[in-house]
Amino acid sequence: MSDFPILSLVTFLPLVGALFILIIRGDEEVVARNSRNTALWTSLITFFLSLMLWIDFDRKTAAFQLVEKHPWIESFGINYHMGVDGISVLFVLLSTLLTPICILASWEAIKVRVREYMIAFLVLETLMVGMFCALDFVLFYIFFEGVLIPMFLIIGVWGGQRRVYAAFKFFLYTLTGSVLMLLAILAIYLQAGTTDLPTLLKYALPANIQYWLWLAFFASFAVKVPMWPVHTWLPDAHVEAPTAGSVILAGVLLKMGAYGFLRFSVPMLPVATDFFTPMVFGLSIIAVIYTSLVALVQLDMKKLIAYSSVAHMGFVTLGIFTLNQQGVTGAIYQMLSHGIVSAALFLCVGVIYDRMHTRDIERYGGLVERMPVYAFFFMVFMLASVGLPGTGGFVGEILVLVGLFQVSTWAATLAATGVILGAAYMLWLYRRVIFGKLTKDDLKSIMDMNRREVAVFTPLLVLTILMGVYPGPFLEIIEVSVANLVDQHKTAMIAINALSVAGQ
Amino acid sequence: MLTLNQLMPALPEIVLACTCMALLMLGVFRGDSSTRPVSWIAVLALVVVGIVLTSVQSGRMTAFGGQFIVDDFAHFMKWLIIIGSSFAIIMSINFNEQESIARFEYPVLILFATLGMFMMVSANDLISLYVGLELQSLSLYVVAAFRRDSLRSSEAGLKYFVLGALSSGMLLYGCSLIYGFAGTTSFEGLATLFKGLGGTGPSVGLIVGLVFLIAGLAFKVSAVPFHMWTPDVYEGAPTPVTAFFAVAPKIAAIALFIRVLTGPFGVLIAEWQQVIILISIASMVLGALAAIWQDNIKRLLAYSSIGHVGYALIGLAAGTEAGIRGILVYMAIYLAMNVGTFCCVLAMRRTSRMVEGISDLAGLARSQPMLALALAILMFSMAGIPPLAGFFGKLYIFLAAIESGLYTLAIIGVLASVIGAYYYLRIIKIMYFDEPAEAFDRTLSGETKTILVGTTLFVTFFIIRPDIVVGSAETAARMLLAG
Repeated sequence: MSDFPILSLVTFLPLVGALFILIIRGDEEVVARNSRNTALWTSLITFFLSLMLWIDFDRKTAAFQLVEKHPWIESFGINYHMGVDGISVLFVLLSTLLTPICILASWEAIKVRVREYMIAFLVLETLMVGMFCALDFVLFYIFFEGVLIPMFLIIGVWGGQRRVYAAFKFFLYTLTGSVLMLLAILAIYLQAGTTDLPTLLKYALPANIQYWLWLAFFASFAVKVPMWPVHTWLPDAHVEAPTAGSVILAGVLLKMGAYGFLRFSVPMLPVATDFFTPMVFGLSIIAVIYTSLVALVQLDMKKLIAYSSVAHMGFVTLGIFTLNQQGVTGAIYQMLSHGIVSAALFLCVGVIYDRMHTRDIERYGGLVERMPVYAFFFMVFMLASVGLPGTGGFVGEILVLVGLFQVSTWAATLAATGVILGAAYMLWLYRRVIFGKLTKDDLKSIMDMNRREVAVFTPLLVLTILMGVYPGPFLEIIEVSVANLVDQHKTAMIAINALSVAGQ
Repeated sequence: MLTLNQLMPALPEIVLACTCMALLMLGVFRGDSSTRPVSWIAVLALVVVGIVLTSVQSGRMTAFGGQFIVDDFAHFMKWLIIIGSSFAIIMSINFNEQESIARFEYPVLILFATLGMFMMVSANDLISLYVGLELQSLSLYVVAAFRRDSLRSSEAGLKYFVLGALSSGMLLYGCSLIYGFAGTTSFEGLATLFKGLGGTGPSVGLIVGLVFLIAGLAFKVSAVPFHMWTPDVYEGAPTPVTAFFAVAPKIAAIALFIRVLTGPFGVLIAEWQQVIILISIASMVLGALAAIWQDNIKRLLAYSSIGHVGYALIGLAAGTEAGIRGILVYMAIYLAMNVGTFCCVLAMRRTSRMVEGISDLAGLARSQPMLALALAILMFSMAGIPPLAGFFGKLYIFLAAIESGLYTLAIIGVLASVIGAYYYLRIIKIMYFDEPAEAFDRTLSGETKTILVGTTLFVTFFIIRPDIVVGSAETAARMLLAG
């Protein structure tokens, strides 16, 4: 382990870029061009720096790595404590990968207030990366909730028709959940005397308060995931957000909730986790089936993919609460592949939206005649979303189903129907947009993807296939930490059961 | 015999009182042309008082036969008041000239009010409490009606006066009841008396007196149900005066509230805790709900300040060291946020006339991006969104509430803060999402701009070293409760 503060660098470098953009002077055209370039280069450098995490990461230990710890708020005992383990490191990479892609994808689509847009994205990157690296509860919370500020502006300023409604709904829904979590954090601090995560993970909280704390965490994370029935903000936010906003929302922000479950609820509150698992299963299965059905009848492409995201995240929560090796690993893998695939799908919608300025499925059809390259890319990501073997989506889904089958055959059966429905709505969407006859007049002159767009999609395509055919390197990183998490949960439950037996 | 040494603790107040009278003389002989120098001298005097305050300060001291007390708590609050008052004077200089209401009485009155607030913060006896409070209030009634040829301003002054007199009456009635049943007005005497009560509990007369006292103080901090004057006075008074009302007198009244309830009445917490909890909930909820329908930015800020007082009172309801620390941190941050916001309100001027509608801010992000950015940061901070300072204020308050087992209060508090977030977001929405309206005149003076930049930077970068404020708040809280 080196002393080089790589995590802080990756976290705060985008902020430095944002400051640079803030001081750019000149007329509008110059500012816009320089902002784009600065943002792209900053995020690319950040991405390459973050690749050092991949190299430096020790795959054999479940302990936190690349740790940085400095005293920060001494009156509260809060440290600036950063570090990653097998659960979080890949999400850091996902965030740093998606940001330059988003910036590149907005190159031409965003024409007004480019400077502010780029600043918002770079600030967002800082907050996302920081959230996955934070090893202090309050620090985590600051990053977690800070994300609302840039996202609110991105939806509200550059969004579609009903952007104001969507931005407010997004903000207030998530804030309501978060503030309850804040109270839970404070309660834990008063109980354990620290907000330091590694210390808290070893601390056994009394069982009777665990239920309340769990529910408070649940309020926050369930909204963020989002789980049924608090998912309604997501379709609105997705539809109204600009393409890149949807990409980040689906790619990273939805993972924050599931990450919260993995990082806090499961290891710190084992009794309550066990107690509430049936409820989570119930809600997740409703999410998988219900939102898949809703996706079937959508007329708006983005809304369809948004509902498919809710269904996919239902798989993730199912996987997490199986609390066995396959299930949890599958959940993390599913999050990563969904992060890439759903991001790519929203970008696919963005490509034709930029040309036609509509997302109505009816307005398209027969695109394959004019846009063969686009049809190819769209097909790969669509199949990955369905979970076709050979794509990243398959590995995650199969692992979750295997894990789930060990816990409950019923839950596994019902969840599997969601997979079938998923195939139905995605393939149908693809048929309606890409195949058929090219009859609409305005589509007859539509252009295929340009080089910039291909450059945006290629890394995502490579990763999707790679994660499908060779999951080893990714699983290797995840496995040890997950094994540790599952073990700890088992040990904690055994200890508590022994205690209650002794008590009787 | 009163020796010079015994006066030392009150030296800052003495300096302030002398400066007030000297400036009054200067103004009387030189007339209104001296407004600008008088204002700057007043600001300078406040700085000097601050320096004196810091150099005299050493531990806990009393003066005037125990009527007057100086400790770290008073020190902390007096610093906040100095900052609030001097900003109010600086902000007014250009404004009053533009509105042609520049008169030398304004800075002098602010100084007198400040002196009253100093007395309130350092009061250690019901009598000195009342004297300080009245000195402050009488000055404030006049400044509220400072734009005397404007109907709204005069109305604001009159309303404030009538309701303020009522509350002073209640407070005085409470004091006399307490004196009647306890036989002393000294805080120390009361504390000893209550501690000696043992299991019997205080008499009903004392409790009634305490309730009247709380009602009077609640009026001064504009907590629900004694808040009715706030929106009207905020709207009617000239903007720098509103800025002043929003910060300094509130800080002083909160300080007084804390000192009275945790000092002499500290052992009777079981009697007053419920009252404070109810006032706090009512203020938070009303502050959050009523502001949603406001179209005038100053009225909106009035309701916002009612809500903020509700949060601060959570710390008082906890009644612990952590609670008081929370209030002190909250008030320091509240001061910065409000001063900054009112600087932005001062910038709302179109064709040489002040505009106050929230819709006038439309599209500010395009016409004046930096001003919009500052106001957006302040609004997010008021909503308590991390990483801005407002979040830390709420953090310490809720920490105290949970520590004292006030779970319901904490949950209602955070939910009210979500509702409150709506109207702060609405301002941001109007600035950033809406189409630009006509641009504002760029007449904001250099000094006001500096204050705006300073407060915004404070709010943004508070996160880097929160301990600077929290540490001194903690010492102050500890010393208050140790006494």
